[in-house]
Amino acid sequence: MGVSNSQLLHRTVAAVQRSSNLKTLGLSEHETQKMNMCQAINDAMRIVLATDETAVVFGEDVAFGGVFRCTVGLSDEFGRERVFNTPLTEQGIAGFGIGLASMGQTAVAEIQFADYVFPAFDQIVNEAAKFRYRSGGEFNAGGLTIRTPCSAVGHGGHYHSQSPEAFFAHVPGLRVVMPRSPIQAKGLLLAAIRDQNPVVFFEPKILYRSAVEQVPVGDYTIPLSQAEILKPGDNVTVVGYGAQIYALENAIQMIERDFPGVSCELIDLQTILPYDAETVARSVNKTGRLVVAHEAPRTQGFAAELAAEIQERCFLRLESPIERVCGLFVPHPLVFERFYMPCAVRTYEAIKRSLTF
Amino acid sequence: MSSPLSLLQRGAGKRLTRTVLSCSTASKSHTLRTFSCASPSKHTAFSASQPAARKKVMFPGALNSEYSHELKFVSSVESIQTYQVMDSNGSVLDPAHEPQVSKEEAKAMYRNMLTLNAMDQILYEAQRQGRISFYMTSFGEEALIGSAAALNPKDLVFGQYREAGVLLQRGFTLEQFMNQCFSNERDLGKGRQMPIHYGTKELCFQTISSPLATQIPQAAGAAYGMRRDGNKLCTICYFGEGAASEGDFHAGLNMAATLGCPVIFYCRNNGYAISTPSIEQYRGDGIASRGIGYGIDTIRVDGNDVWAIFAATKAARKIAVEQNKPVLIEAMTYRVSHHSTSDDSSAYRSKKEVEDWSKRDNPISRMRNWMENKGWWMKGEDAEITKSAKARVLEAFAAAERLKKPAIHHLFDEVYAELPPELQREKADIEALARKYPDYYQVNEFARS
Repeated sequence: MGVSNSQLLHRTVAAVQRSSNLKTLGLSEHETQKMNMCQAINDAMRIVLATDETAVVFGEDVAFGGVFRCTVGLSDEFGRERVFNTPLTEQGIAGFGIGLASMGQTAVAEIQFADYVFPAFDQIVNEAAKFRYRSGGEFNAGGLTIRTPCSAVGHGGHYHSQSPEAFFAHVPGLRVVMPRSPIQAKGLLLAAIRDQNPVVFFEPKILYRSAVEQVPVGDYTIPLSQAEILKPGDNVTVVGYGAQIYALENAIQMIERDFPGVSCELIDLQTILPYDAETVARSVNKTGRLVVAHEAPRTQGFAAELAAEIQERCFLRLESPIERVCGLFVPHPLVFERFYMPCAVRTYEAIKRSLTF
Repeated sequence: MSSPLSLLQRGAGKRLTRTVLSCSTASKSHTLRTFSCASPSKHTAFSASQPAARKKVMFPGALNSEYSHELKFVSSVESIQTYQVMDSNGSVLDPAHEPQVSKEEAKAMYRNMLTLNAMDQILYEAQRQGRISFYMTSFGEEALIGSAAALNPKDLVFGQYREAGVLLQRGFTLEQFMNQCFSNERDLGKGRQMPIHYGTKELCFQTISSPLATQIPQAAGAAYGMRRDGNKLCTICYFGEGAASEGDFHAGLNMAATLGCPVIFYCRNNGYAISTPSIEQYRGDGIASRGIGYGIDTIRVDGNDVWAIFAATKAARKIAVEQNKPVLIEAMTYRVSHHSTSDDSSAYRSKKEVEDWSKRDNPISRMRNWMENKGWWMKGEDAEITKSAKARVLEAFAAAERLKKPAIHHLFDEVYAELPPELQREKADIEALARKYPDYYQVNEFARS
């Protein structure tokens, strides 16, 4: 169970070469190196700093390497003018990044924990997201990428565990991305930084060290706003993103063990805004059933958007109500986390309900 | 030979480290561990432990403090003085501060002040007549033009909303002002925002947004980018004394100071934030006193004195560009205007107060008097300029009012750099709806493409 035993991670060179998805991306023959997600993210930033002289990386504590070590070595290699600490102010970090981006420069800002992004919400929603539109294209903040560790870590409690993607998924003009693995994290972050729209890039912190893969060492991107089918199936579509993918993988294993002949199609949304509704709709038109899962609380969480969109597109094809397996509608608790989380068991029960409706 | 104590007090960086290390090897009773900050800022090296008799405070957070044995709270220091070049009659108080400008430059500035005033009068009336939806005037604050005149035309401007004078001085045309206010097809902003939310890349003036003070940390970031570009330009960031209460003010100034950003922070302290007088906005010595708190070079100026503003901005620019650090200017003035066309300030201040201010200290009169003293302006030239400015404004106004609104596809463009699938769908839906109900949507008001 869990990410350390996941079949979805490409732990060996052979696994990379075998992967049809990586072949489609043109990555299956690349030279690779074993990296965890933190190292993969570090590598992406190194490539950006080396290839884009306007790029800078900044935030609280990034100079010594960052509290999660994602920026290790960067300020030594590229200097303190390009990789630097800011004072402790998320609204300042976001605003400063927007200003840099408005000059056409590449600003990679770090918010230390997604739980602390809220002071920056005004700058992100009212300024970054609207910068191009409101100016009639005279200016834009496309060069801004805000990266931030998110999601449950086991002991984080209210303020080191949040997954706030739904707040940002409601904002026209923003791109919102959440990778599930080292290969995805590096490619999506490179794409996000180069994207001409402001991006909020969520990094599930529990995966920083626990997700390990053979990651292509060169410069590559993974397409934004494209969902990825991780495992094909015929009977039910299961959608998630980030660390939740591994709980879904386990739930599906249990379902396919208990219901021989049933196959589940697992989709990683990857980009939450703008999201690839088409891939999900195509899958649901095949399977007739949908289960969506995320760590964020259920009410008004992103699954609600996906459920509404898919019921509109696939109403006559649906065989059962769309299931949402989510965090409970409580502040992320510490000692009760095992009940809060949309774990493999709770997801298994939901998929079972969908199949047996 | 100097004692270890005096060497510590004097030194900085590596030199201090070596000196103290040699002290520690000599002394057996103290183990002085020393380490220097990795930070590029001018932090002196400090020691982990100090004998109690030291006068200077050695904690890493204390820059220059000394110990005292007095239990004393400090609540205020002397109020920061207000730099002034002209008296209220336009006479230069100290000949050494006579502005060094040409007759043409001075006349152009003065003409712009009159034009701004004329444009404001006409557009205010236009809103009252329902011809534009909203407007904000700069009455009483026309001297701001002096700050724009002191800058390089490529210095990047981040404004709040009452800086039309800066735009005028930069060369924004009356047509461009009107097009934005009428949200027509020639508006650079493509009709997406309320009137007065101007912006122009060509004139290096960032598009105005309604949330207050958000531009302050942005200006710091842009200035950092300018420093990296190395083209000896700076950013200027305008905001009011009310906006300076926002968290973004604190964030922006602190970041500019710590990161070394060549930005001029210019506070227009006009005494009111809508209905809130400055005594309800802050209790300290205005905004200028805060600059000192951030370690920023600060000056307070007479905001109705064009030449004080001009000189201060020029000097501030020199500091910012040559030393790569921020400067704060607090310009004291009086908001003769209502806050906007949505405000009637007689609800919270007497008309007499406003009239008295307008008569007692008028930036336009002071400038005119100065020009007349120099023999650069004839009495009566005002009427001629004002008449022609009004005529030009009315002409631009009529032309702008006649134009169509931007084509409907501009509703969907530029939300993202490229049109995403859901917006393509919404666009198709709305276009179909507009074709089906053209009268309901008054589609004729919009340009075809």
